Amino acid sequence: MTAHLLSLDDLGRDGVELILKLTDSMVEVGRRDIPKVPALRGRTVVSLFYEESTRTRLSFETAARRLSADTMSFGVSASAVKKGESLRDTILTIEAMGIDAVVVRHQSSGVPWQLARWLEGSGVSVLNAGDGWHEHPTQALLDAYTIRAEHKSGSLEGLRIAIVGDVKHSRVARSNVLLFAMLGASVTLVAPPTLLPASLEGWPCEVVHDLDEAVGEADVCYLLRLQQERMTEALVPSLREYAARYGLDRPRTQRLPAGAIVMHPGPMNRGVEIAPEVADLPCAVITRQVANGVAVRMAVLFHLLTAPAEGDRALDA
Amino acid sequence: MDADDVRRAVWRMAHEIIEAEKGLDGVVLIGLQTGGVPLARHLAEALKKIEGTEVPVGSLDVAFYRDDIGLRPVVPEAPSDVPWDLTDKTVVLVDDVLYTGRTVRAALNALADHGRARAVRLAVMVDRGHRELPIRPDFVGKNLPTGRAELVDVGPDGVTIGDLVPPAGAADQATGRA
Repeated sequence: MTAHLLSLDDLGRDGVELILKLTDSMVEVGRRDIPKVPALRGRTVVSLFYEESTRTRLSFETAARRLSADTMSFGVSASAVKKGESLRDTILTIEAMGIDAVVVRHQSSGVPWQLARWLEGSGVSVLNAGDGWHEHPTQALLDAYTIRAEHKSGSLEGLRIAIVGDVKHSRVARSNVLLFAMLGASVTLVAPPTLLPASLEGWPCEVVHDLDEAVGEADVCYLLRLQQERMTEALVPSLREYAARYGLDRPRTQRLPAGAIVMHPGPMNRGVEIAPEVADLPCAVITRQVANGVAVRMAVLFHLLTAPAEGDRALDA
Repeated sequence: MDADDVRRAVWRMAHEIIEAEKGLDGVVLIGLQTGGVPLARHLAEALKKIEGTEVPVGSLDVAFYRDDIGLRPVVPEAPSDVPWDLTDKTVVLVDDVLYTGRTVRAALNALADHGRARAVRLAVMVDRGHRELPIRPDFVGKNLPTGRAELVDVGPDGVTIGDLVPPAGAADQATGRA
């Protein structure tokens, strides 16, 4: 069976620990004068983005290149999709070019699973780079890695993590809640009722509606972007009121416990979910998240693409 | 070899390194993860006692340079720690067991990414033969003729030879590769 990363469940706790350990080695590679190793020479990684996301795409492509893989980018706006080609035909066309992995971002939940089914037996790995409001596993992994690296405790075990803001439209929130809880943190969502999903069944977290109540006990304050482009109805009265009630401003930052860190998946709306000056404080590790994102994606690509083929494993056993 | 034999071999190898390099000017030791790292430290201690010179010790993980990626699970043991530019240094690579030479080949490629060393030498505690590449050690603790089905282990209590338990594929990974 070909290795995919569709959901964090594919990895499990052991797989997550392995990826985070591998990431340490990838961070070391990234620090060198020549930040490139030959591990994936001759492999080809395609990014297939049906929804524009420059930073995630660049992060994956940088990761692939640092491992010496070749990269192709399939931008939907410039492709046959505009001429009416179906998703299935697109993926089979790309597969026919002889590739090893496809990194997919799509506005509909479940698309990566569908691709994995269509590609069964081809040896092509599918990596979920965000599907709808559903999952974004590499974001969760890079966030968990960043917390381990940046918080003085060095672990998520027992940490109190507040995830603040637009949970409803955020796949980041969902993946992060699952992973942070898996690694032993206690997670609290902080959002107005209108920005929470209809059901939180199965989410291992608590919910509060008042940020002032939450900041005093947040070892990690994780701010979500207010996704105005996805809002079809008036879910917040006004940006100014949202910022006043759910934005992390200077006074709230000062009430965070000692050693607390502030995170954001980017791109930031400065002045909305985060006050302009807070994003530049030493406790804000937002640029560290971006740097770690490349290393985590290197770890994931290496892990998936270097797994021995099933036939070889059978020979060994 | 028992622990005393290994200690005496380290001592002799340290003398040989000083003699061959005419001192320790520009010499750095780099242990290969994982078995070579403690050995590199022991060598550095011996060098310090003999010459009074503190020789820098680094560590190198060659997982990303191996030629069997995709053939078997390759997992780095620990991040490399080579915090210096190696240009114009004399690097002594240190490993516990030299076997096929493939790990050393990978290490040479990895080193090149850290600068252009003046020279690279190879020090191993045990040379067990069966080379598959044109690589030879400069400093050897002991030449130990072995069968391919045997497993050589260098630990704190010395060097032991054991029988490999099948499956052979799995056991290859346990031998400290080399």
